[in-house]
Amino acid sequence: MEQADPSSQRSLQPAPLEPLGGPGAVVEASVSEETAGAGREGSGVDMMTENTFWLKKIEISVSEAEKRTGRNAVNMQETYTAYLIETRSVEHTDGQSVLTDSLWRRYSEFELLRNYLLVYYPHVVVPPLPEKRAEFVWHKLSADNMDPDFVERRRIGLENFLLRVASHPILCRDKIFYLFLTQEGNWKETVNETGFQLKADSRLKALNATFRVKNPDKRFTELKHYSDELQSVISHLLRVRARVADRLYGVYKVHGNYGRVFSEWSAIEKEMGDGLQSAGHHMDVYASSIDDILEDEEHYADQLKEYLFYAEALRAVCRKHELMQYDLETAAQDLASKKQQCEELATGTVRTFSLKGMTTKLFGQETAEQREARIKVLEEQINEGEQQLKSKNLEGREFVKNAWADIERFKEQKNQDLKEALISYAIMQISMCKKGIQVWTNAKECFSKM
Amino acid sequence: MDGERASEARSAELAGESPRGGAAGPGGSGSSSLLQADVLDLDEDEDDLEVFSKDASLMDMSSFSPMMPTSPLSMINQIKFEDEPDLKDLFITVDEPESHVTTIETFITYRIVTKTSRGEFDSSEFEVRRRYQDFLWLKGKLEEAYPTLIIPPLPEKFIVKGMVERFNDDFIETRRKALHKFLNRIADHPTLTFNEDFKVFLTAQAWELSSHKKQGPGLLSRMGQTVRAVASSMRGVKNRPEEFMEMNNFIEMFSQKINLIDKISQRIYKEEREYFDEMKEYGPIHILWSASEEDLVDTLKGVASCIDRCCKATEKRMTGLSEALLPVIHEYVLYSEMLMGVMKRRDQIQAELDSKVEALTNKKADAGLLTEEIGKLEDKVECANNALKADWERWKQNMQNDIKSAFTDTAEENIHYYEQRADGFPWNWSNV
Repeated sequence: MEQADPSSQRSLQPAPLEPLGGPGAVVEASVSEETAGAGREGSGVDMMTENTFWLKKIEISVSEAEKRTGRNAVNMQETYTAYLIETRSVEHTDGQSVLTDSLWRRYSEFELLRNYLLVYYPHVVVPPLPEKRAEFVWHKLSADNMDPDFVERRRIGLENFLLRVASHPILCRDKIFYLFLTQEGNWKETVNETGFQLKADSRLKALNATFRVKNPDKRFTELKHYSDELQSVISHLLRVRARVADRLYGVYKVHGNYGRVFSEWSAIEKEMGDGLQSAGHHMDVYASSIDDILEDEEHYADQLKEYLFYAEALRAVCRKHELMQYDLETAAQDLASKKQQCEELATGTVRTFSLKGMTTKLFGQETAEQREARIKVLEEQINEGEQQLKSKNLEGREFVKNAWADIERFKEQKNQDLKEALISYAIMQISMCKKGIQVWTNAKECFSKM
Repeated sequence: MDGERASEARSAELAGESPRGGAAGPGGSGSSSLLQADVLDLDEDEDDLEVFSKDASLMDMSSFSPMMPTSPLSMINQIKFEDEPDLKDLFITVDEPESHVTTIETFITYRIVTKTSRGEFDSSEFEVRRRYQDFLWLKGKLEEAYPTLIIPPLPEKFIVKGMVERFNDDFIETRRKALHKFLNRIADHPTLTFNEDFKVFLTAQAWELSSHKKQGPGLLSRMGQTVRAVASSMRGVKNRPEEFMEMNNFIEMFSQKINLIDKISQRIYKEEREYFDEMKEYGPIHILWSASEEDLVDTLKGVASCIDRCCKATEKRMTGLSEALLPVIHEYVLYSEMLMGVMKRRDQIQAELDSKVEALTNKKADAGLLTEEIGKLEDKVECANNALKADWERWKQNMQNDIKSAFTDTAEENIHYYEQRADGFPWNWSNV
């Protein structure tokens, strides 16, 4: 079934303070024997059959990042970072893991994968990628994509993305995803061959639909509002957090100056000298303790950022619904007007304005045969229209049902993840306080011995 | 750690040294400007007793609670006792700043309340109003009378940096506290406390003070003194005795370091303030968020209240810093400038002697007259040097105590700060 299988929820954080996706995060991509109509949307999607890859537990990790140079599309030198993706299957019996696949991918390939998934699974809240460029930066962090800290956090983010996809009951079965993990060369061509870019809805069309749709499902309208609010509040929070981090860094680091001056001062003091010297040492410890503290906080910020980007994924699903609904409404309207035209022709009354009516007035009535011919055409079109409307209606309802199921799954995931993140943030704060108490108690002792 | 082992070795060393000075009692002798050296030789050991209040009657002087080892920092007007508490007989408070507007100027006066049991005072209680100019006058007189004693520093005339209005409340309050400290330091000084001008300052009504001020050397003669001083101070440096060379080196180094510490401490205060400002905005965002998240309301509200608690703790920490550490450090910055002035004056006195000696050697004037002058000057130099030496030891001891307790209190304040923050994490996080 496509419903979220509780056992397929893997814990992102085995312990509160560990970064996202610690080494060898395990995914149990459970599979049921029924194919149950997975991936109804869009033909031509290669779905996995059960008797392959996913029957065993698999471990996916993005274990390394490497700087590379190469030539880009316009044959210019460029530097980029490549990430090593390793996949291991875990034998049930003895828990040993065996490396089954290992290949290198760069960020743009991840983007390609995600764009593909967005097109072929519009009813799924597709997990987001880590940010392309560093945002909500506070002064110490560089906004440079090549900065090792940024690369490291991105590595973790990419691993997290793969784990999310692999543990999603629908997405995990996608063949292109499978190939992403297993086929290094030629993968890009394979994806492009699916022609997914052509299938993508145009932005303009979507915007148009958003404005003109008359009766979207209320739940999706509410969801859109929710996702706007979520995005706005998390952005604000991240911005202020970055400023707070900046200030906190300042407070701690300035104390480091005490260390140096105390040390120099102790040289001229007979009685106070030792106390000053050792107190100064503790000031140095205090000043340098902020680095670890803020690094941990950065992981927390990344957790929030993921949900910031998830807001956009939610909106994408809403947009698709609006598009489908608008399409449906337009088709229904079209059909209705054709039916009316037909009726008018048959009864001879002209209630609606039509070009034909005008020309008739100007150039004379048409013959009975001509009218019969037109009625016939219209009747055919009406028939076709009715069929189409029926299937569109069915599609629309199917979409709403599937989308809503995934949204419910997402909500549960979000609540759990955010709760964990917030609590681990609070625990981080406590640990920071404990360190502070330790250092100042030591310093106090030194001072009191002066 | 190496530091600790070294300090053990050190204290063993110090224990072996003989304690400085005799057991002469503090204060009590006449108010003549040249004091017997041994009178200034305070009982060093007993300075340590300042932290314990022996006399309960002292406790009703609200502004003079002696510092307990674990005292909270909220006592604004506290001052360290520099002498034995039970012998203190002069209590001064500076409060109630008031603005006065005249056609020419606006200025602030402060109320000075003095309580004393000393015989030489006509009454046991006095209340007067003084303005900053009057304090400047007093300081000038003391410097004149005791050129080589370490006169307590006055707060600056005005602080240019960051001043929007000359008389904003914070500035006035900081100044008031510093003036209070200034007078009390004088009161605690074994020599300065008996100075006549000091007494007049504390007791005279406004018109009395004005007329008193007009007595004494005029402006021109004082200017003449300054010119001579500058000219001769250069020469004094060459013949400075070894111990004063050491003293001078210490003062230079100390001045450098204390200035740096002043800058660092001010910077910390500024950073904390900015941290506090940002934190104030941080908490409410979580409350806002909880409005759109049914399942996360408790958690979000919890985080918000932690942040709020942190804000309050930070504010308290800032207050502690500005009361316990910053004024003390700043006073010693001013002291270090003062000390350099004292060194100059000492050098100048010596230079006078040296120039006369040189004149004698060069047979420039009447030998007899010169010899007599030289004799007098030699006495003068010896007294000045001894006065400075003794006062120096006293000053160093006080400095150590003040610095030590200022930083110890700051450390204590920081411990409380983190304890309060950690405390703010309540609940049943198990309620997840």
